[in-house]
Amino acid sequence: MHLAYPAVLAALLFSVGVYGVLARRNAVLVLMSVELMLNAVNLNLVAFDAWLRDALHAGQALTLFTITIAAAEIGLGLAIVLLVFRTRGTPDIDRLTALGDRVAERQNSADDSVDASKGQAVS
Amino acid sequence: MNTALPALVPALPALGAAALFATGRRAPRFARPLAILPVLISAVLALVTALQLGTGRTLDAATRLTPTGGPDISLAIHLDGYTSLITVLVGVVATCVQVYSTAYLRDDPRYASYAALVSLFTAAMFLVVYSGDLIVLLVGWEVMGICSYFLIGHHWETADARSASLKAFLVTKLGDVPFLFGLFLLGADAGTFRINGVLAAAADGRLAHPTLIALLLLGGVAGKSAQFPLHTWLPDAMAGPTPVSALIHAATMVAAGIYLVARLLPVFLLSGAALVVLAVMAAVTMIGSALCALAQDDIKRVLAYSTVGQLGYMAGALAVGDREAAVFHLVSHGAFKALLFLSAGVLIHAAHTNSLSAMSRMPWLAERVPDARWTLGIGLVALVGLPPFSGFFSKEAVFSAAEHATTRGEALTNGVGPAAGVPVAAGWIVLVAALLTALLTAAYATRLWLLAFPGRGAVAAAGTVVPRGEAAEGHAAALADTGEDLPVAASSTATAPSVHATEPAAMRWPLWVLALPTMVFGIAGLRPNWLPALLDGGSLRPSPATAVLGTGLALAGVLISYAAWRTVTARAARARAAEAAGAAAPQSTDAVDPGRALLGPLYGPAQHGFGVDRLYERLFVLPTLGAARLVRFLDREVVEGYVQASGGGARLLGWAVRRAQTGNAQTYLSALLAGVVLIAVFVAVGT
Repeated sequence: MHLAYPAVLAALLFSVGVYGVLARRNAVLVLMSVELMLNAVNLNLVAFDAWLRDALHAGQALTLFTITIAAAEIGLGLAIVLLVFRTRGTPDIDRLTALGDRVAERQNSADDSVDASKGQAVS
Repeated sequence: MNTALPALVPALPALGAAALFATGRRAPRFARPLAILPVLISAVLALVTALQLGTGRTLDAATRLTPTGGPDISLAIHLDGYTSLITVLVGVVATCVQVYSTAYLRDDPRYASYAALVSLFTAAMFLVVYSGDLIVLLVGWEVMGICSYFLIGHHWETADARSASLKAFLVTKLGDVPFLFGLFLLGADAGTFRINGVLAAAADGRLAHPTLIALLLLGGVAGKSAQFPLHTWLPDAMAGPTPVSALIHAATMVAAGIYLVARLLPVFLLSGAALVVLAVMAAVTMIGSALCALAQDDIKRVLAYSTVGQLGYMAGALAVGDREAAVFHLVSHGAFKALLFLSAGVLIHAAHTNSLSAMSRMPWLAERVPDARWTLGIGLVALVGLPPFSGFFSKEAVFSAAEHATTRGEALTNGVGPAAGVPVAAGWIVLVAALLTALLTAAYATRLWLLAFPGRGAVAAAGTVVPRGEAAEGHAAALADTGEDLPVAASSTATAPSVHATEPAAMRWPLWVLALPTMVFGIAGLRPNWLPALLDGGSLRPSPATAVLGTGLALAGVLISYAAWRTVTARAARARAAEAAGAAAPQSTDAVDPGRALLGPLYGPAQHGFGVDRLYERLFVLPTLGAARLVRFLDREVVEGYVQASGGGARLLGWAVRRAQTGNAQTYLSALLAGVVLIAVFVAVGT
């Protein structure tokens, strides 16, 4: 099998993962997209390992390593998401901006309050 | 004799000052004893030291104070006749002033600090006189300067006093800068700062730059002794309390410059050019200040200008190489000028004004201050230089010194240096200026007396209504007061017996203590084994030609001034009569000032010190202020602009970066990705 097929597949998977990470709002889906990217890398590792006929199979060993790390990481990530969901009541990543600059945040909240007052004025 | 005694003389007032500074606020009851006693004991010790030393002997003791790598600085004492004479003068005047101040500043809230500064000043003056080392002398010199600054600014609530103290400080410091360099050059040339070493080097001709040294030192002397062109601070210094004027700005501190030149006279004698400069300086100072004194209205300013002029006499005596005459005049002037200032203080205390024209409208003033009236008269006669008062003899010594110096090789240097070293020009300059000044001095002294105690006739002419019968008596008093038959006048006008209690005793008896030397000190110069034996041994007897000339000119000055006063008084009376008769003749109240009639067109400029102050303001003050404004502009607008801009730039950048910190992780990641892509593209394109 030609190297191009797994490579293209891995690139597509990675692109889907990047898109998911950058564009999805749900934290769980973002985590899943991260997994997609990791697996695209894994696919590449295995494919190149086979293509290069590595005697030590370093690619396969590294893939196993990555899978282990990914399992631990997704566990940790999901635990964090779960806690965030419990405290904030939302998994929406756009709203989790507590670490942002306070001026920017204040401007956001000012916008919010303007909106709120508008709403009050209407009601 | 041991050196503990003279060492105690400067130490005691200094300790007294320290104690006053420490306890003045908490224990004001001790302020007066602490002020008077150390100075009094010092005066007694100075007298004892002088008596122990005797005549014709010197005492030198030194201990090395600090090694410098160059010439050592040593704590040295040098005693001779000059130091004896001047320390006794300083001690007596300082004691009188401290006693007088207890009454004059009785209700002053800052009396303790005032007395402490006066004590400290006295200690510094003793140090200057006793010191045998130029650097230690400089310490005393500068301590006096700072004490003078604080004391002039004693009434710092008034803007006058503040600016006068600053002016005095800055002007004297302006002189002290060249003075310091002169001392360094002198020390470097002579290889030592000890005065004896310096004098030995001068005698051996080891000084490489005598003219330069002498001119640099003259800068400091002009500043301290208020000689032209640095004299402008002294008249303004009258913003200080009157006893301070008496002690510092008449009797002692301003004499320090003269004393220094007298000590270092052999150095000055090496340079004819410096002597001519000193002579010109003295001549300009004498004549200019006498003219100014003739036009002043403030009694203290009259006396201040008179001090400047008399210091000019001393400087003139030094310029013709006779330090005996200079110190003789220094001591007699110290006594009679302190007397004049203290008497003027009593007058001011009684009249509540400094203005002579205001005093001339107070007919009761003469009866209110009988002691001061007498002592002021005594002091003025001494100032004019009529025999047998001390001023006559000391001024006469200056005249004869100048007269001798007009012949080459005849100058009265008394073995201090080569008589041929005194230029003939210096002798002529000093002689002519001194004679002219004698005339002017007599004129302004008479004017001062006539304005302060015009007698009733003049007061009536000036517009105050008095009973008719008393006018003639006042007229007689004024006539008599101009000359020697002063007692007649005083006895005829001392009418009210109760007025004696009006001034406190502490303000009256110092006057008489000072009046005594004013009257009899001059006789000490008559016999060669009296005062001259204490000094260099030269003659201080008046020589007939100059004595007659000087006294004649002084009498002429008195008469001219009196005649002018009579004329203007009569004119004022006529104008008043005309006014009473209905004519529309506007009568100005100060029309009885004889100075205006005598000086004519010069009156206006003389009143303002011939515009020297204004000239200095144009030349130095305004450019300095302009430069200060420029520096302020550069600092505020240019330098601070850069500082502000860097701060603003950093803030702007920070603001821009903060805009990116939204807290949205996906935005960060997008930016990261975009960056990675960009780098990848650049790397790909680059390779």
